[in-house]
Amino acid sequence: MKFIPLIWAGLWRKRTRTIFTLLSIVVAFILFGVLQGVATWLNGFGAGSHTNRLYVVSRISEIQPLPSGYLSHITRVAGVRQVAQVAALVGSYQQPTNTVVVLATDPRALFALYPEWRVAPQQLQALTRTRTGVIVGARVARLYGWRVGDVIPIRTSVLKNDGTTNWSFQVVGIYDSPDQPSEEDRMIANYEYIDEARHFERGTVFAFVVGIDDPSSATRICAAIDARFANSADETLTQDEKEYIQGQIRQLGDVGSLLNAIVGAVFFTLLFLTGNTLTQSVRERIPELAVLKAIGFADGSVTLLVLTEAALLCSAAALIGLLAAAALFPATAALGIAGTTLPAKVYAIGLLIAVGLALMSGLPPAWRAHRLQVVEALAGR
Amino acid sequence: MTAVVSLQKVAKHYVRGTQRVEVLQRLDLEVGSGEFLALMGPSGSGKTTLLNLIGGIDRADQGSVMVAGEALDKLGSRALARWRAAHVGFVFQFYNLMPMLSAYQNVELPLLLTNLTKAQRATNVRAALALVDMSERQAHRPAELSGGQQQRVAIARALVADPTLLVCDEPTGDLDRTMASQTLDLLEMVNRELGTTIVMVTHDPLAADRASRRLHLDKGRLCAAAAELAA
Repeated sequence: MKFIPLIWAGLWRKRTRTIFTLLSIVVAFILFGVLQGVATWLNGFGAGSHTNRLYVVSRISEIQPLPSGYLSHITRVAGVRQVAQVAALVGSYQQPTNTVVVLATDPRALFALYPEWRVAPQQLQALTRTRTGVIVGARVARLYGWRVGDVIPIRTSVLKNDGTTNWSFQVVGIYDSPDQPSEEDRMIANYEYIDEARHFERGTVFAFVVGIDDPSSATRICAAIDARFANSADETLTQDEKEYIQGQIRQLGDVGSLLNAIVGAVFFTLLFLTGNTLTQSVRERIPELAVLKAIGFADGSVTLLVLTEAALLCSAAALIGLLAAAALFPATAALGIAGTTLPAKVYAIGLLIAVGLALMSGLPPAWRAHRLQVVEALAGR
Repeated sequence: MTAVVSLQKVAKHYVRGTQRVEVLQRLDLEVGSGEFLALMGPSGSGKTTLLNLIGGIDRADQGSVMVAGEALDKLGSRALARWRAAHVGFVFQFYNLMPMLSAYQNVELPLLLTNLTKAQRATNVRAALALVDMSERQAHRPAELSGGQQQRVAIARALVADPTLLVCDEPTGDLDRTMASQTLDLLEMVNRELGTTIVMVTHDPLAADRASRRLHLDKGRLCAAAAELAA
């Protein structure tokens, strides 16, 4: 502690340079915090998944439709409690960039399978009564200012029987999902309305959501469902929720590696920047370091002073950057990318990187300080 | 009188480019406890090298260097640093204070290497600053002090750990006549009242006159007392 003023003084000898270096590290750690937060969130995606839900999609591809008639077959598989078919209508509201997803389903079955989606019973009843009705997620409702009773025009690429591609829905309710706000961006509509109105791919779905009683039987039930449709024109792939979600994320590509590559490149550049700053700082202070040695500071003590300076700079900047990332992170949840809080693991990794950065950038100047010959340095040689 | 500094047959050379320069040649020197020795001589005569050997910041090629009861040539780098912290105070021509630290913090530096508490360090620092009459300026940074004041702070830093020996390399070389005189008054007072042994390198005969003994160094050899040479 008694050396802190000396270390602090060394750090702030060139105030502007230190501030700019500090800011560079802060920005790098903000980037690291947010990207690693997203990566950690993606890796853990599905961790909180429900083990009593299975997903049946086409074995060929997830976008390949399956016959809606499979519903009754799946329902008869032993251990299956409930099934909801799901077709999707992807369109836009007002602007082409305002993408919305309408899930065409049996609303009662779907909400029963997703108890975490909270909707008022009378609103659910209203949806079953209203053919063109829709229950919208709270987030999307907030985003576009929708209220119960509003009629929403959705522009899609799905051709209707009337020759148009414009769909119209009446908002009859709003659901929320407090534990997973990112799931509040969907619209739940009646399958019959959409299926009967669309011109192509009638009688098909893109998935079945299957509720089971005993999660320990999931593997057996998955195999039983897939066996039922084996060697048919539309073979199925049945997975539990975690596998299904992670499979969807894998379709985005290896996001984790991409994010790590970006962060790696940033830190690699930062290493040179910080190293250069510290080297310059030590070079300018050679006579001062020589005086420290002359008055009794050992080589190791001077080395430690320089390394501590590097560690203080890097860890302080990392902490500021990570705290700023934590403040910014909830914004990613609002965009539907990640969670609401920066995982603790990211702080730990960030601080470890800061120490590593300090060591790697601080070692060359620290070694120079270590080898400094007092007489030569005082003579300006 | 006990010898604080005892050099026997000390030799030192430097290599500058391809040239080997013999700086000190089989030099013998004894400095008694409480003595104020002035080392004079032309540039390149080896004064500063001799001072560096006595102060333990350089090593001799040959011979023995015994200072404050310790054979410096036998000490490793770490032990030598510890020895310097305990026994030697340095005063440089250009003060060499830490520009970002206040006068107080500069004087405190040698005490950071001791086991003294913060309160004990504060007592010692204040005493050293009072001794050099710089108590009023303790919060000032070097850039806010005159050359003479900076040298006073440097002397306080050199004295704060109560060293056996004060080595001063041209302590008045960067000061005007008045400031130089005040600095020499201070060194005389330290030598007289604290009994600190001082070895001072100087070009200035007036500065050397303040010392209790003067030696002249030429081409790495101690020739004679400066006064005798002048006579």
